[in-house]
Amino acid sequence: MPTTSDQVLIGRIAKSDRLAMEELYGRYRLPVYRFVLRMVRNPTIAEDLNSDVFLDVWRQAGTFEGRSAVSTWIFSIARFKALNALQRRPTEELDDETADAIEDQADDPEVALAKKDKAAVLRACLLKLSAEHREIVNLVYYQHKSVEEVAGIVGIPEATVKTRMFYARKKLSELLTEQGIERGWP
Amino acid sequence: MNAAKQSEPSEIELLLPWYAAGTLDARESQQVEAALANDPELAARYEWVRAELEQETHVSEAAGAPSSRDVKTLFAKIDALPARRPRGQLQSSSFGERIAEFLASLSPRTLAWSAAAAVLAIALQAGLLADLMIKERTVGGYDTASAPANAQSEGAYVLIRFKPQTTATDIANFLDSNKYSIVAGPSVGQLFRVRVAPNKLAKDDLMRVVTSLQGDKVVDFIALTD
Repeated sequence: MPTTSDQVLIGRIAKSDRLAMEELYGRYRLPVYRFVLRMVRNPTIAEDLNSDVFLDVWRQAGTFEGRSAVSTWIFSIARFKALNALQRRPTEELDDETADAIEDQADDPEVALAKKDKAAVLRACLLKLSAEHREIVNLVYYQHKSVEEVAGIVGIPEATVKTRMFYARKKLSELLTEQGIERGWP
Repeated sequence: MNAAKQSEPSEIELLLPWYAAGTLDARESQQVEAALANDPELAARYEWVRAELEQETHVSEAAGAPSSRDVKTLFAKIDALPARRPRGQLQSSSFGERIAEFLASLSPRTLAWSAAAAVLAIALQAGLLADLMIKERTVGGYDTASAPANAQSEGAYVLIRFKPQTTATDIANFLDSNKYSIVAGPSVGQLFRVRVAPNKLAKDDLMRVVTSLQGDKVVDFIALTD
């Protein structure tokens, strides 16, 4: 059976079709939650924001004009809400688990082991990126968004998307160097 | 690798993350593949890109999922919303919202004809008012000591130009939420005379209003006026 397109679901949601809403939510619930969580780094806040994102989808479905893909529209709403939440928490409070993952491990005996595990160090460095860099890294690597889609979600030109991703990777390289892993440029 | 190469990443290098994610089109993918086959240094850097992708996936998936009650939470929020309005039925509480909804409910063609008709009506109305004022002056109109002839001077006013992309809904919401009203315009430069307070304000107070509105998303330009 062919899958109903996102666009068709949005049309039905505009007419208050709850089944269509459930279907769309099922499709995007997890990726949007994980995107928002990477931004705000707090599961409770991320879960609240996630339902707020889809509440906006429900309310604004009638105004969706189809100029971009539905997923681009949903992620741009999610991004907006995550950035607003970060503005309300300028210090970017971290949940304990995340804080543990990124704490300075300078004299920890486990550091030596961790450093041998480049993957673990790389993960810790990914968590240390700024919100702007976390956002683009997640959209490109995890959400598999094209240059054009990222440009639509973030609201910047495609050329800027490419350079922003490059500088996010450059920052990652610097963080790795601080952890004793030299990988060259970037 | 030389310094110039370091400061200016090549287009191919910029595309590596999307190549790793499989989101390039066929032509760009072929370009990247050819470059990787001919440039061992680029190929080594691509291994890091793949490692980044793998670990970002790990980090994102390790974050888990929203709790199982999230669907209920969402639909509880939806149920708490006011009932959605059938098309053509205006139920908003505020005057501004009602105007905005009415405008939004019109088709672009209807809206264009309505705007033209409104311009004509305003022009006629302005002509009639001007004619009336001239006649009043001619037959001995007077000012009382307690009420100035121009009722507009009672309030505090600013000149505002709205941003070009601002919709009628945005403007209606802006006016309604701030309890402002447009009393004249648009004049030259698309400026509207907007009443921001029912009584005259001290210049400092009015300046504070102007400053606070400068950052508003609908305001392109704002200035003091008498």
